[in-house]
Amino acid sequence: MVDATIKNEGSVMRADRRNSLQKAWQRKSTIAFLMTLPLILLILVLVIYPALYAVHLAMLNKSMQRFVGLSNFSFLFTRETFWMVVWQSCIFALTAVFFKAIIGFFVAHFVHNIPDKGQRKWRGMLLIPWVIPPAMSTLAWLWLFDPSYSAFNWILEHFGIAGIPWLGDEHWARFCVILVNVWIGAPFFMIMYLASLKSVPEQLYEAAKIDGANWWQTMRFVTLPMMRNIIMITALFSTIVTFANFDIVRVLTRGDPLDQTHVFATWAFRLGIEGGDIPLGASVSLFMVPILTIGAIFILRDIVKRGNEA
Amino acid sequence: MKKVTISRRRFVATGAAAAVGVVASPYVSTAQSAGTLKVGFWDHWVPGANAAIEKVAKAWGEKEKVNVEIDFITSQGNKILLTIAAESQAKSGHDILSFPSWQPARHADNLEVVDDIMADLVKQNGKVNATVEYLGKIKGKWVGVPSTAGSQIKGPASRIDLLKQHAGVDILAMYPAGAAPKADGWNMETYLKAAKACAKANVAFGIGLGTTSDSVDSVGAFFNSYGAVLVDEKENITAKTDKVRAVMEYMKELTSVLPSDAPSWDDASNNKWLVSGRGATIMNPPSAWAVANRDAPDIGKQIWHHGMPIGPAGRHAPFLPYFWGTWKFSKNKSAAKSLIRALSTEAAAQSMVEASKGYDIPAYANFSTFKTWAEIGPPTGTLYHYPNPHNHQVLSIAAAPSPHRIAEQIYTQGLMTKMVVRYHRGEKLDSVLSYAESELEGFMRS
Repeated sequence: MVDATIKNEGSVMRADRRNSLQKAWQRKSTIAFLMTLPLILLILVLVIYPALYAVHLAMLNKSMQRFVGLSNFSFLFTRETFWMVVWQSCIFALTAVFFKAIIGFFVAHFVHNIPDKGQRKWRGMLLIPWVIPPAMSTLAWLWLFDPSYSAFNWILEHFGIAGIPWLGDEHWARFCVILVNVWIGAPFFMIMYLASLKSVPEQLYEAAKIDGANWWQTMRFVTLPMMRNIIMITALFSTIVTFANFDIVRVLTRGDPLDQTHVFATWAFRLGIEGGDIPLGASVSLFMVPILTIGAIFILRDIVKRGNEA
Repeated sequence: MKKVTISRRRFVATGAAAAVGVVASPYVSTAQSAGTLKVGFWDHWVPGANAAIEKVAKAWGEKEKVNVEIDFITSQGNKILLTIAAESQAKSGHDILSFPSWQPARHADNLEVVDDIMADLVKQNGKVNATVEYLGKIKGKWVGVPSTAGSQIKGPASRIDLLKQHAGVDILAMYPAGAAPKADGWNMETYLKAAKACAKANVAFGIGLGTTSDSVDSVGAFFNSYGAVLVDEKENITAKTDKVRAVMEYMKELTSVLPSDAPSWDDASNNKWLVSGRGATIMNPPSAWAVANRDAPDIGKQIWHHGMPIGPAGRHAPFLPYFWGTWKFSKNKSAAKSLIRALSTEAAAQSMVEASKGYDIPAYANFSTFKTWAEIGPPTGTLYHYPNPHNHQVLSIAAAPSPHRIAEQIYTQGLMTKMVVRYHRGEKLDSVLSYAESELEGFMRS
């Protein structure tokens, strides 16, 4: 009798376990987890592991034989060039994102107002700079700025204007790297803003028109509030990508002249790979993380807050 | 179709017989190692130059019964540096790798000592110069063997016609083909005078002031010609010496007649400057001349390679050797060493020089008079003086003789070119030298 009871309890427990397992399998969150598992593994291998390895490298001495804690970072803080790179990275990223956003915004409006029939062609053409691999398009820009064969200088000289040392003078060089970044990145803003514009309900514009709102009032009280989240997310995403930019500066100036166009990634490469100081290079590249994290937290918090209010 | 069936007994018996066969007849090779040898050679700029080194390696493989797998690794985008760094970290990779100039010192702890090979090669091929020894012999031990492929001298490559017309310099008389130089009067003063005259005639000298190797090597040669050293062998910072001040004054004057965007030049800019016909001279191996002969033959036939002007500390030409080395963790060290010996024979060096149209420079004293340099043209004899056949110049590298870990930083960060550009742009000399001192203090971390 006792035996029979124990057997019954055992089988009940097994059945319960089976049921809970079945329930777990049927749960949406489990299925979602399993479906995202390949991506999670990919991120673990290609993002998390290299990031942790970079942290490990940043805490080694130059010959990578000794743990030195945070002394690579404290060393960097004493270097004049490091602070110059911090300053330049901020100027580069913020100026480029600002102009990309402005140009993207206006171009999106122009495209939005083109009749549907011809709009697709314009969208396709305007996306070209963003679609071409940046290393290739930057190479074309390099030739346009080239000291011997610059097409821009050729045109200037035809008008009797002296050629400009586009990449030889620090101010012009900074202008050039920002210009190329804006040229490549503005279409991304344009397409995001265009998608956002298309999702604004037509009734809102009609209501504003009935209320007698002018162009600016419609923009201020209808379009911009409706686009705000997209504007913030696009700006955040672009700021992160622009801060981490490597290819444009590397191809165009390599940080020259006098290190005055270096950004974090190019200076990290110069120190780590070219200069053989991998721990210091890793430290420079990791310096971006806290800056971008703080920016991301503020912007995302604002977006979530407004999402909840809505 | 007939179906073949194998019984379980027969399968076991056949498997056992095969296993015995494998064990009883191992692969034997005369290179004491057998198997496969993985080699990573530098991917040459000159079209067709890879074929010569590949031919030597394959012939060695056939003779020694070793399967040679060759990768040609470009230095474009620093791929060769990335490969070396990755293999060094992973402790796995090629058995032989080409190492650019500073790399043997950087990876000395991971590289196999090759003193035995170098002793034999010096006996067989003649001495190597002090720069090869400085870069390849670390803490008294050779960790790399100088490679013919890729090694180059970046001396002046000048337009015969423009120098004569605008500066009155007869470069052919100073550096005649097939004869010793008669260039006693070719000094820093005459060079500067010629640079000013050519700039006035709108065919300026094309010396880069960026941070890539052509710029650094060129400016470094002027520093060496003045004996201006930024950090001495005992790690003392010597940036504020009279010699450094003297070269800075000279460079300020020279820079004032260089193209205005020279601070942004990369390794292609000087080539384009010469090939486009806009410049009277550059400092480069013969690649610019080769391109000119292909794309602008009228310019190509006017280009002559010659020696540097002499300075207070001698006549220094920038020399940039490549090395072949094998990792300590290589799986096939004995075969690797055997192939490196085969690549370092006179016949192998000669074939590489020929295939590279004279670009490659073997490091050994007996190998500076191959017929390729004397015969190639047009103009015939343009490369006669390129390999320094009369020991007319000291072949040196920028930032030597500072300790390697500091010298490499001076070189890769282009400290000397930055000093020159700062001074040229109006910064006071003392301020520039203080900046250099501050940077050098940073380079000294270990």
